Amino acid sequence: MLTIRDLHARVEGNEILRGINLTVNAGEVHAIMGPNGSGKSTLAGVLAGRAAYSVTAGSVRFEGKDLLAMEPEDRAREGLFLAFQYPVEIPGVNNSYFLKSSLNAIRKHRGLEELDAVDFLTLIRQRMKLVEMDESFLNRPVNEGFSGGEKKRNEIFHMAVLEPRLAILDETDSGLDIDALKIVADGVNTLRRPDNATIVVTHYQRLLNYIVPDVVHVLVDGRIVKSGGKELALELEERGYDWVRENNARATVAG
Amino acid sequence: MPSEQQPMITWYEEQFGAFEKSLNGGRTSEIHALRRKGIAAFAALGFPTPRQEEWRFTNIAPITKTAFQPSRQSADLSIVEDRIRPLLLAGAWHLVFVNGQFAPSVSHLAGLPAGVMVSALSEALQKHPNEILPALGAVVRSDENAFTALNTAFLQEGAFIAVRDGMDVERPIQVLFAAHSPGGPTLIQPRNIVIGGARSRFTIVEQYVGVSEHPYLTNAVTEISLGARAVLEHDRVQEESLEAYHVDSLQVHLRRDCRYTSTAVSLGGAIARSTIGTVLDDEGIECTLNGLLLATGTQLLDSHTAIDHARPNCASHELYKSILDGQSHGVFNGKIFVRKDAQKTDAKQTNKTLLLSDDAVIDTKPQLEIFADDVKCTHGATVGQLDDEQIFYLRSRGIAEADARDILTYAFASDVIGRIAVEGVRTRLEPVIHARLSRARTTEHARVHQS
Ligand SMILES: Nc1ncnc2c1ncn2[C@@H]1O[C@H](COP(=O)(O)OP(=O)(O)OP(=O)(O)O)[C@@H](O)[C@H]1O
Ligand SMILES: [Mg+2]
Repeated sequence: MLTIRDLHARVEGNEILRGINLTVNAGEVHAIMGPNGSGKSTLAGVLAGRAAYSVTAGSVRFEGKDLLAMEPEDRAREGLFLAFQYPVEIPGVNNSYFLKSSLNAIRKHRGLEELDAVDFLTLIRQRMKLVEMDESFLNRPVNEGFSGGEKKRNEIFHMAVLEPRLAILDETDSGLDIDALKIVADGVNTLRRPDNATIVVTHYQRLLNYIVPDVVHVLVDGRIVKSGGKELALELEERGYDWVRENNARATVAG
Repeated sequence: MPSEQQPMITWYEEQFGAFEKSLNGGRTSEIHALRRKGIAAFAALGFPTPRQEEWRFTNIAPITKTAFQPSRQSADLSIVEDRIRPLLLAGAWHLVFVNGQFAPSVSHLAGLPAGVMVSALSEALQKHPNEILPALGAVVRSDENAFTALNTAFLQEGAFIAVRDGMDVERPIQVLFAAHSPGGPTLIQPRNIVIGGARSRFTIVEQYVGVSEHPYLTNAVTEISLGARAVLEHDRVQEESLEAYHVDSLQVHLRRDCRYTSTAVSLGGAIARSTIGTVLDDEGIECTLNGLLLATGTQLLDSHTAIDHARPNCASHELYKSILDGQSHGVFNGKIFVRKDAQKTDAKQTNKTLLLSDDAVIDTKPQLEIFADDVKCTHGATVGQLDDEQIFYLRSRGIAEADARDILTYAFASDVIGRIAVEGVRTRLEPVIHARLSRARTTEHARVHQS
């Protein structure tokens, strides 16, 4: 589904991603962990098409297509979804109007008919239940005045409505209380299908108890320095990132 | 008066002469004395120039250089009636004018409740001259500036609305001025009088629409006076032709415990200047002025507002927003006077501008003059662009960039639009604004490609 090869990206002249290689297949869940500032959100942003980053080398193929050649909206229409680490507030744009524009743009791209008001409402009501979100959030401006946790939950609600092929959840767990974490994780699990995939960026192994990853990657200084099974997250929690850094340094010297 | 204006002044004096002749017997009436004062004041004042502080940012040379012909009885309304009907609000009383002339065939006033008068000013003057004459010029000084003077000189027609004490008018009163001027530059000068009795409650939609793209000048004057505890919601929509010019002056006189709200949306006109003056002339008054300017291309849209807190314990709220695209120019001037007497005044003014292009310009000037010491007055002005982070958020959910910009631009305007009192006005404006924005984008695109 997603193949990243030797991806390098800069922001304001600094090289942040320094040779990322990653393959995600349909049906898989990948976790990306790593210290603050290591480039996790940068990677997510480059995949979603954020303009501030310039890709200096490497390639990304998504469902057989050149992802980096596409506009952000086309990436979304092709099935990519980014749940933002810091969802922006959009005063004056009501949540359900926004979702309807978004869903219909995606449906149109896929040759499906636009949903009318009734079908749309039925769909979003059902998806709201999935993330146990109150209907009052539909008529509020997108994220405006939402608490930190409510914003994160709203992101997963959007994901549930848009049904992406590949979802990237950038620290969706940060800011969620324990109950909300479980609800969001249940939502993500319910939406899992053999033909879609998820990348979860997280600092906490706790989330991975609920959303069980097939592969865990450790990103340090713009590179994936270690990949392993779900036990890697536990090991990281115990030993910290210095352990992978040292390992990696030794491996680099040896190599 | 600058000497280069002499030919134009002579032109309007000649037009006045012709107008006088057409009046026959009307020349000796009291109202005609007022007109004569108007033309004299106009000739003495001359059109304002950018050297005058009030017109510093507003270059009206195209208006002062065009010989506009005062509109006469239009021959055939049927062509424009089809354009007017869709604009009529459901569930409202309709008072319609075409080129300043009353258009009975598209007006709907039958069945007005007793105590509510809505009619053409000319008709009201015929029927109740003694009541109406004193109201003319009671709120607006005819020699305030050249435009009010010129309006007074040709004073003849407009909307007359009077609501008796205690009357609650359920249905909105829509006053629609449609302009259709294919025969050369026409001068359309409505004079509107609104009198709200004590404890009356009513809603007015005042609308100017160009139904064809031709040059003309609307020069409107509206006088409103409200009695104690009256409540008036006043929606105003200016959608003149983009070839046209629009100048209007609204003066409002408010008495004890009144509530007056004006929400003005200004979209049309090559040059449009709107002046609002409100006098809070007793205690307990609440005055709200909302405004939205949307300019594209080379439009110049100007809003001057003045709120005069003459007495204690009144509140005023003002929210004006401008959206400027292309090479357009916006002007906002918001005066708030708090007189020495006006203790416990609570005045708040907010002005926000969204610049959609590098070539658009805003001149914004809050002007607070406060002579009382125990007051709460705040004002704030911001000028900004669309937020890249918000645009990216929308795009990352599949929304095309142009649509994302459109949605966010509309969102910027949405709080002002949300304050429009009549729902039918709101719902009609939404597609009109979207169309204007996307049209601006296409022409901008074409321009870039040509160069
Ligand atoms: N727009 C920007 N301008 C300057 N530096 C930036 C910008 N965006 C990211 N960076 C820098 O790039 C580096 C990687 O940032 P990124 O947000 O990808 O980290 P992260 O791994 O997501 O960290 P965290 O765990 O704290 O979310 C950081 O040093 C950050 O300061
Ligand atoms: Mg991050």
